Amino acid sequence: MTPKDAFVEYAPALESRSIVTISPEYGHFINGEFTKGANHFPSINPSNEEVLSHIALGNAQDIDIAVDAARIAFESTWSKMSGKERGKYLYRIARILQERAREFAVLESLDNGKPIRESRDVDVPLAAAHFFYHAGWADKLDYAGMGNSPRPHGVAGQIIPWNFPILMLAWKIAPALAAGNTVVLKPAESTSLTALLFAQVCQQADLPAGVVNIITGDGSTGAALVDHPGIDKIAFTGSTEVGKAIARAIAPTQKKATLELGGKAANIVFEDAAIDEAVEGIVNGIFFNQGHVCCAGSRLLLQEDIADEVLAKLKVRMAKIRVGDPLDKNTDLGAINSSEQLQKIRDLSTSGDEEGAERWSPECALPNTGFWFPPTIFTGVTQAHRIAREEIFGPVLSVLTFRTPQEAIEKANNTPYGLSAGIWSEKGSRILWTAGRLQAGVIWANTFNKFDPASPFGGYKESGWGREGGRHGLTAYLKEAESNNE
Amino acid sequence: MKYYGLVDGTEGSLLNFLKGLPGVDQVGAEARAAMLGTRSIKTSSKKAAIDLAISMVDLTTLEGADTPGKVRALASKAVRPDPSDPTVPSVGAICVYNDMVAIARKHLDLVGGAHVPVAAVATAFPSGRASMAVKIQDTTDAMNAGAGEIDMVIDRGAFLSGRYIEVFDEIVQIRALCGDKAHLKVILETGELVTYDNVRKASFLAMLAGADFIKTSTGKVAPAATAPVVLVMLEAVRDFYQLTNHRIGVKPAGGIRNTKDAIKQLVLVNETAGPEWLTPSLFRIGASALLNDLLMQRMKMRDGYYASPTYVTID
Repeated sequence: MTPKDAFVEYAPALESRSIVTISPEYGHFINGEFTKGANHFPSINPSNEEVLSHIALGNAQDIDIAVDAARIAFESTWSKMSGKERGKYLYRIARILQERAREFAVLESLDNGKPIRESRDVDVPLAAAHFFYHAGWADKLDYAGMGNSPRPHGVAGQIIPWNFPILMLAWKIAPALAAGNTVVLKPAESTSLTALLFAQVCQQADLPAGVVNIITGDGSTGAALVDHPGIDKIAFTGSTEVGKAIARAIAPTQKKATLELGGKAANIVFEDAAIDEAVEGIVNGIFFNQGHVCCAGSRLLLQEDIADEVLAKLKVRMAKIRVGDPLDKNTDLGAINSSEQLQKIRDLSTSGDEEGAERWSPECALPNTGFWFPPTIFTGVTQAHRIAREEIFGPVLSVLTFRTPQEAIEKANNTPYGLSAGIWSEKGSRILWTAGRLQAGVIWANTFNKFDPASPFGGYKESGWGREGGRHGLTAYLKEAESNNE
Repeated sequence: MKYYGLVDGTEGSLLNFLKGLPGVDQVGAEARAAMLGTRSIKTSSKKAAIDLAISMVDLTTLEGADTPGKVRALASKAVRPDPSDPTVPSVGAICVYNDMVAIARKHLDLVGGAHVPVAAVATAFPSGRASMAVKIQDTTDAMNAGAGEIDMVIDRGAFLSGRYIEVFDEIVQIRALCGDKAHLKVILETGELVTYDNVRKASFLAMLAGADFIKTSTGKVAPAATAPVVLVMLEAVRDFYQLTNHRIGVKPAGGIRNTKDAIKQLVLVNETAGPEWLTPSLFRIGASALLNDLLMQRMKMRDGYYASPTYVTID
């Protein structure tokens, strides 16, 4: 082996997992204490199917106890506390998240399968940033143009997905607490561990008991939370199907809701784009977090005259994607989160083959255990293909072409979803023209998948209700503010 | 075919070609370079990277205070960077002003370094502000003294005022002087070109005009070989290879002082142009202080502890 070959292989650079301590079994976190829990189910590491722990399956009774605890905490402590004092707790949580960042990152990668580079550089720092940002809002609610002394709703029931466990927790809990609500949060069935570690952070921060309660479980646990009469507000991130069920369930009630649902974002590359950076953006748009991203750029719309050039460069770039052990610091694409999700990705990809699209993946060796899917693109896709319409939620990109800007807009908007979109052009006027016509809640120009706590995030059409993040997201947790916004 | 058949040597064809290049998005290019900077190169890969980097160093002294003694010391070091360990490879070349070329060549040959070429900076280095006659004489002197590589500077003033054809013609003339006797490295001085769009344009201009290598900087201007600049140049040689089937080399110079920086450069090469470029004939690092840091890291990997700096030679 020459020095060149030995270098090119990149020897394994594994992040140590010794920093995390995982209990063999977890209960719920209610009223500041961990309970024993019942009906435990295994939580596995999707990269090798190792059982990491056993998680309690919450039922209606657990939800009832947690909502009571949250109600008492709301009435007796949290809603009475000054914004300044609430802010102190949020700052404290934010600092602890930073101090324990490596622990959170390693645990997230073990439990979710995402590469350590992402959990370390994106998920955990952004989660801390959300607490810092909202901590700053806590004592300024009266002066932020959100009506005369806006008041919290009360108890918020929050249900989060498995794709960004700790980050989605932060998106939900930070604004709720800043506004003076207390919460009962249910993490996703397959990724509860960082939420349970966050419960320890709440204890470490001396957060008053009952302000944050975490009930683990599956869909039935979530349904019990949604149906509980003591909940004032629902915040959900997940599939459009479940979002619709929630909307139906709360329709006859007074419950408020924000829903962050699916997406099928168009990433539009115009002929005058900076091609190399557009290729990076395409890769980041669909392969970031294994494509388990609601706002993933899963439909690539290429202007026809540059399609061949972009595809050739994209394939060269995709061949450089490093698939493998999520704890290796050089891994770009980790494991698919669950066998169910892997099956869904396989099924939809097969439909792409059957409907005549052309599948391409770079050569890459996938591990023998765990759930894996190679980075994949389908070319020759039309609007009529299932893979152009349904959310795959995996590392699979559908490539379509367009001839004129008008056609790009029509194709981009021809979907029931409307969460995000990307525009690639070196021409400012074209970017503004396009952005003004896209039906999407978040539009990135010459970049993709950029998140900031100060920036509101949310969808059009079947991609959801309401916004999270920024001042807009905060108003969802305040009464006066909401009516003033209408 | 002349100019690879891509331009015909007229101003119009050159302008058309350069205008047809896609732009570079600054934010995106910097983000990609930063991401590649997070690659973690450990154990066997690090060991291989250090030896590879040593073999790519253009060991450089370009000072007004250079003397024959200094250049001889540099030449000895270039051949055997670590006198206590014969497994350390020689560096890629030594790089000096043209009045030192003969001394360097003679001493290299004397100490068993016939395989180490001498690179001479030329064409009124570092500013390039002289008449073409002077630039030609400068290059001729260096070649006559035994330079195997010519590191010429471009006329940045002409480039920035849009007189691309003048820059092109100068490179073409120096290329003709080099013939097949010397490799031509064209220094773009990216710190003065400032934008990545300019870096891409200048890279293609130099390649079309006959450069064997494109080089970031003289080392006299900061910033020099930043990661995004090297990224854009590596993209340029990769794309040029697609167009012409010719591989042009890249030489970052200036600001690469330690092993970590050097390894980041190798990662950029590997993941941008590709592993085919990971050879001293296609990638060099212009540096002076870097070599000793590479040697110290090499000792650390061999012995398991950091040695005192007194264990590496000064030059």
